[in-house]
Order: sequence, then C-alpha cells, then structure tokens
Amino acid sequence: MTPLLQVEGLSKRYGAHIGCADVDFTLWPGEVMGIVGESGSGKSTLLNCLAGHLAPDTGRVILDTRAHGPRDTLTMSEPERRWLARTDWAFVHQNPRDGLRMGVSAGGNVGERLMAVGARHYGDIRAQAADWLTRVEIDTARMDDRPSTFSGGMQQRVQIARNLVTGPRLVFMDEPTGGLDVSVQARLLDLLRGLVRRLGLSVVIVTHDLSVVRLLADRLMVMKDGHVVEEGLTDQVLDDPQHGYTQLLVSSVLHV
Amino acid sequence: MYVAVKGGARAIANAHAWLDEARRGDRDVPELGTDQIREQLSLAVDRVMAEGSLYDPELAALALKQARGDTIEAVFLIRAFRTTLPRFGGSLPVATADMQIKRRISATYKDAPGGQVLGPTFDYTHRLLDFGLAEGRDVPPAPMAETGLESAPHILSHLGGEGLMQAEPDGAGAVPDLTRDPLEFPAERALRLQALARGDEGFLLSLAYSTQRGYGRNHAFVGELRIGAVRVSAHLPELGFDIEFAEIVLTECESVNQFQGSKTAPAQFTRGYGLVFGQSERKAISMALVDRALRAQELGEDMSGAPAQDAEFVLSHCDNIQSSGFLEHIKLPHYVDFQAELELVRKLRRAAGADALPEAAE
Amino acid sequence: MTEYNFAYLDEATKRMIRRALLKAVAIPGYQVPFSSREMPMPYGWGTGGVQVTAACLVPEDSLKVIDQGADDTTNAVSIRSFFEKVAGVATTESTADASVIQTRHRIPEAPLVAGQILVFQVPIPEPLRFLEPRETETRTMHALEDYGLMQVRLYEDIARHGEIARAYAYPVKVEGRYVMDPSPIPKFDNPKLNMSPALQLFGAGRECRIYALPPFTRVESLDFEDYPFTPSKAAGHDCAICGAQDSYLDEVITDDSGGRMFVCSDTDYCATRAAQMEANA
Repeated sequence: MTPLLQVEGLSKRYGAHIGCADVDFTLWPGEVMGIVGESGSGKSTLLNCLAGHLAPDTGRVILDTRAHGPRDTLTMSEPERRWLARTDWAFVHQNPRDGLRMGVSAGGNVGERLMAVGARHYGDIRAQAADWLTRVEIDTARMDDRPSTFSGGMQQRVQIARNLVTGPRLVFMDEPTGGLDVSVQARLLDLLRGLVRRLGLSVVIVTHDLSVVRLLADRLMVMKDGHVVEEGLTDQVLDDPQHGYTQLLVSSVLHV
Repeated sequence: MYVAVKGGARAIANAHAWLDEARRGDRDVPELGTDQIREQLSLAVDRVMAEGSLYDPELAALALKQARGDTIEAVFLIRAFRTTLPRFGGSLPVATADMQIKRRISATYKDAPGGQVLGPTFDYTHRLLDFGLAEGRDVPPAPMAETGLESAPHILSHLGGEGLMQAEPDGAGAVPDLTRDPLEFPAERALRLQALARGDEGFLLSLAYSTQRGYGRNHAFVGELRIGAVRVSAHLPELGFDIEFAEIVLTECESVNQFQGSKTAPAQFTRGYGLVFGQSERKAISMALVDRALRAQELGEDMSGAPAQDAEFVLSHCDNIQSSGFLEHIKLPHYVDFQAELELVRKLRRAAGADALPEAAE
Repeated sequence: MTEYNFAYLDEATKRMIRRALLKAVAIPGYQVPFSSREMPMPYGWGTGGVQVTAACLVPEDSLKVIDQGADDTTNAVSIRSFFEKVAGVATTESTADASVIQTRHRIPEAPLVAGQILVFQVPIPEPLRFLEPRETETRTMHALEDYGLMQVRLYEDIARHGEIARAYAYPVKVEGRYVMDPSPIPKFDNPKLNMSPALQLFGAGRECRIYALPPFTRVESLDFEDYPFTPSKAAGHDCAICGAQDSYLDEVITDDSGGRMFVCSDTDYCATRAAQMEANA
C-alpha cells in the first residue's frame, strides 16, 4: 500500500525561534493522526506547513495525489497547490469565520468547492449541497441563510460540509472544536467521529484537547518546543506515556 | 411625436458661457489678479502645487482663479497641464538638511543645533476674526533677526549616532514613478511616499487622525518639522556636471515612533516621513503618520486591519483627482444600465407575484 | 489645429499605450496594466477610452462617439469635440461610416465589420472586484483561473431570486480562459461581443488597465447549464419612432400621469431606419 502522506525532515524556523524541527511521519489511507501539545509547541506551524499555508525551510511532504500519484507538495507550483486545496485537500479552521464566506449562503458555501472544480449545473450543485448539509445535521430549510445567522456549532458543521463535499483524500483540522461550548463540542465530536468512520477519511488533526484525540485519532504525535517527543497508537500513548512531558500532559487532563 | 433630448452641443456651450460669467461675479468689484492670488492666498497656491504635483506658483494661481477657488478643480487643471509636459530627466535628490529655514520646530528636543524657529505660523494665534483685515488695515513689516540662522542639521540625525534611530537605506536604484508606471501592489515605500505626497490633504489628515485614535495606533512625536527653500539641481550627462536650475519651498516632517523590537532586532525608534511642496505642515505631518502606519507589516507589527495600515486601501483612494472624477461620473447618463435594472426589478416583482398589488398611477 | 500633438497625447505616451494594446490583443481578456495619463476630462468620464482612441487614431480615421447608444448625449458630444479639436479627424454619427467608435455602455445595433475598432470606456475593469476588493488577490485569482467565487455569486442570485439578477456589466469568459467585465453594457449586448469581426478594445483610465477582444474571439456569458444566459430587454414593445423589434429600447416618461414610450437607445440605428421607412413610403 502507498502511504497517503509521507513527511520527511520537515523544519520551519522563525529567525532564532524554532517553529518545528525534523518532523518525520507517515500517514496511511483511512488513518487519523492526532498532533497534541501546548500552545507554542509547534503543532499549528507543522499543520500549516503540511497544508501549504506556510513554506517550511527544509523537508519533503509527499502526498499520494489522485491525479498523479506521489508528489512533493512543497516543490509544486502555486497553481498546482491551489488545485489540490480544492480537490485532494481540505482544511477545517478552528474559527469557522476563517473557513467560510460569511456573506454567502450555507448552500453557496458548500457549493463553492464544486463550482471551483468546474460544476456548472445549478440543480446538481444544489442537490449535493443539500445532501451534505443534511449529513452535518443542518436543516435544508436554512440552506439559503447566511452562516452569520447560525450558531457557532452550526457554522462549524457548515465548514465541515464545505470541506468534505468534493471528497478530499486528506483533511487537515486545526482545533475544530476549539471555540465551542462543552455541550456543543460533544455533539460536533460525535458527528466528526461518525463521518470519519463512515467515509474512511484520512485526517491530520491538531488539538490541545486530549479527549478529542482519544475519540478520533488512531495514532498520536506529542510535540514540545517544535520537536516530536513521543509517537504511537493513541491508547498506548495516553494510557502508558513514556516521555516525561507526555506524562505531564496526560496527568493534567486527568486532574481537570 | 416625442423627440428625445437633443442639442447636447448647444447646451454645453451655453453652460460654459454661464460659468465664465459666474466666475467673474459682480463686475462692479475689481477683478482678482493671479499675482494677488499668488501673494495673498499663498497657502491655497501651495496646496494646488502639492496635490497637482507641479511646482509653479503662477500656474497654480491661475488654476485657482479659473476654478473659482475650488481647490480640487484647480489641482485637476494643473494635473491635466502637467501630463502634457515633456520630461527631460530627473533631478538629484534635494538636500533638505541644507534648507534655508523659515520655520523649524521639534517636539522631541527643547533645543538643538540650529534652534527652534517658529516662522510664519498660525500656531499660538488666537482664532479671532481680525475685522481690521476686512477694512484693509496697514500691515507693518515684521522684525528681522540680526544675524542669519546657523546651520541646522536634521534633529533625528542626533539619534542616529547612538543607533537609537533606524537608519534608512540609501535609495540607489531608479525611483518608481506612478505618473509614468501603473500603480502595482505590493508598493515599495518610495512609491507609497510619492502617492502620499500627491494625495488629498483631507484624506491623509483623517487617516493620520485615525491612527492617533487607535486604528493602527503607533504613537508619534514630531521629531522635526521644517519649512524653507531648497535648491534643485540635475546632473547633465552631456555636460558632465550638475547644474542648479530652481529653488523651491518644501515642508518636511520626520516623525519619531517607538518600535518595540522583535526576536531579531532590539528596540529602536523608527521614522515616518512627510515631504510636501510649499508650506503645508498639516499635510506633511499627516503624511509622516500615514507613512509610518503603512510600514507596520515591514516592521512586523500587529496588522489590526486598520485602514491606515492597508497600502492597497490608502494608495487606491488617496488621489483626489481619481476619487472626485469617479464620484462625479455618476452624474453622467446611465439610462441604459438603469433601463436594464428597471426591467430586471419588474421581472423579479412579477415573479414574486407583486403584480397582484394595485399600482397607483395606472 | 492646436499647439497639442495629434490626438493630444505625445508620441511616447501613444507608443506606451499601443504596446499595452498589443499585449492585450495577444492575451484576450487579460487586464494589462498601463501607465494611464491624466487627461483633461475627469477620471470616470472616459479617460481610459479617450487614451485608447488617441493611441489608435490616424488622420484618415472617421470617429463616432456614443454614450448610452446616442451620439448626442452631453458626454459623447464633449469627447467628440475634444478629438475634433486635438486630432482634427472627421467625425460621423453613422456606425457604418466610422472606422473608430468610442462607446460608453452600449454596442451599436448595426453589425460591426472587419477593420472597425470599437473602444469601450470602462469604470471598473475587474469583474471580481466586488467579490474581493484586493488587487493582489484578484490578480492571483485570474492567474490561477480561480473563478469558483464568481460562480458562487451567480448561484446566490438563483437561490435568492430564481434567476441571475445581473442586468448589465454581465461577466463573460473569453476563449475559455479569462473572466472579463464587458463594461456596463446591458446584457442584451453581450452576444454582440462574441465572434465580432471588429477589434474591441477596453480602456480603464483611473484603474490603469487595458484589455481587448481581437476579431473573432469566443466570448461566453457565465451561466449554469440549467439556467442558461438570456439576453433581455424591455419586453413587449417596439420602438415608437422606427418600429424596430430587435433593438435595445430606452423607456421615456412622456407625461406626469404614468405615460411612457419606448425608443431605440441607438440613435443612429433608429434614424437610419426611420429615414428608410420615409423613403419607402
């Protein structure tokens, strides 16, 4: 089997400060990789380097693309990378405002990715948008309303629908439950888990919330000061942490 | 049969004749000479030169007269004239440090070599209407200093020696010119400064004020403000030497702004810069503040989304000839577009069943 | 004649504009930045069109200027008299007789022929401007052919109004590549852009952009397969003067009790037809 994503020697510095350093990992199709750490640990830098939002200083990010097989996304041209971002990739932002067009209806938000890859049949686009809004539990009666009239949890679900509508091979998620109330978080997590299992999504998810990765992630990477300090199966890392920092992280959760 | 509105040509000719008459006003009042405008409304002349970006007090006075005192219209006349002038070359940078100073103040040092010189300023006048002026009172000559001014190097150069003031790189390459090349983004600082120097005083004033009120705040001091004459010279390659060909009055402002420093650079003061034709210190100070605000990204400061930090926003909207032209073009006929909209709105209303509603006039 | 150079602009400036025009013709629909000059009429009043016309004119040309389709509207009169003064070229109101036609907001009804140049005055050349205000971003979107957002806008119209609620400045795609603003012509005129034998040039002075449609360029109005583009005009009326059924009509209010009539917006087309009818009568 070809790995979906192979990351080798990825490093990004901000002047003297290390963003992330020497990160290697492999993601297999259908796998969910969690990246955890405190704020400033480099997990968001890593995610943004993987998703092409930041240019790393060194390293390779090889994606098994639908059209051309394994390609290093860092050496791709900008048009190729933007095309990937509309087809093979998806990115779920912590703040739905960063991932949605607040002035465009929910249906339009979901339909945009379809139109960006050439869909030109209004009826089909609308039907697919309605289907995806239903899957994320949004009443289709609201599909012509703007996300600005939705609650935070609904906005986040529209963002997820917008990302998944073109059937991406790889989904990046940056603290997808971060800005939500606890009860809303639980519902969203439940929905995400259902989608991930049902669709066999491959996901790289960044969070500081260990309960999120316990529920969603197959494997885990723990980051501290830009370095990966521990890696393994989620249950293994959380139940039997080897690195001192991971032990601290896990215990602080238990004590909450 | 109905005949659509005709006779545009005659209407235009008549309108222009009326404009001529209105400009002259009551013929029992003596006509204003351009020399009077140049001498007695000199700050208006300066503003027309600055925003028209052509240094010629005679023409600026004529433009003000022709424009009936409308500054932006006068600037427009100057711009339209300027565009037809052949270009022989560029001048050498003017040495503002060698300025023959009329006014020079600093808010950051009580005294410095060259001293503080108030000059002909409205500052500290009480804004009381001087009814004597209406009656043409005598204006006695102002007292003269006994000796000329000593040399007055830039005040901020004293900070540079300690490394406290960020040094400005020498502009070695060709200076960009937005009157010869289309404005493209991202715009480098030299280009931004050119756009600001031509920009509308009111617009820059409001933007600068907005930075003081917290929209892209960066606390500024007037490090130095100086007004006076400088010599303009050019290098003539055919002759192999420089010749001096003009003396112009400029207003220059250097603001001092704190810079917090970053991971790679220690804290330092930075500069905002304003340079304007003629005596126009409100514009020069505004320009310096806006210039500094536009440097936020380069200095790694928080981009708060404030208008004054947004080069595309500022440069695309600071030119009053562009903005007033486009604003006023909506006076032009739009029958065709309006007709198309009319049909569309009717159609949408029909679709929505609004036909059922009674229509008043029919 | 006057002390100004032929057609007002100096020769160096005309060369600069012609270089931009050549580039625009070479890349149909692409907005070429050019160093727009200040003209003696205000920005927004046709400075782009005037500069393009000035760069194209030769002394043998016959120039027609229209605004809203009419030769006698004030701005058309003003621009025509400007070129009479600074270029001394012949002017005409006849579409067929003109070699260069400068227009604001219309394309003449009479079909254009090879050898004619149609110069459009453009207020906002960027079709993506009201979706994305940043020039740096819209240029990138064009470069990467990233037009999903444009289509979203049309989608939103249909979702809200049941149709694409855009009556003029209706966006087009040129040769399957660049999305282009056809200037604020009514969408009724959009089909005339397609495969025209004439050279169509677009000048935006304040925004410093020139773009072009070379003769016989494919120009498609954006739409959806199940909501195809339809050119439209005042329905159910003929021109009250010449009886034309195929022309774009202006609505004229004739009294204060709701009376209206519809007449051709293209004054030359209307007058030509009326004269023919009189000759045949």
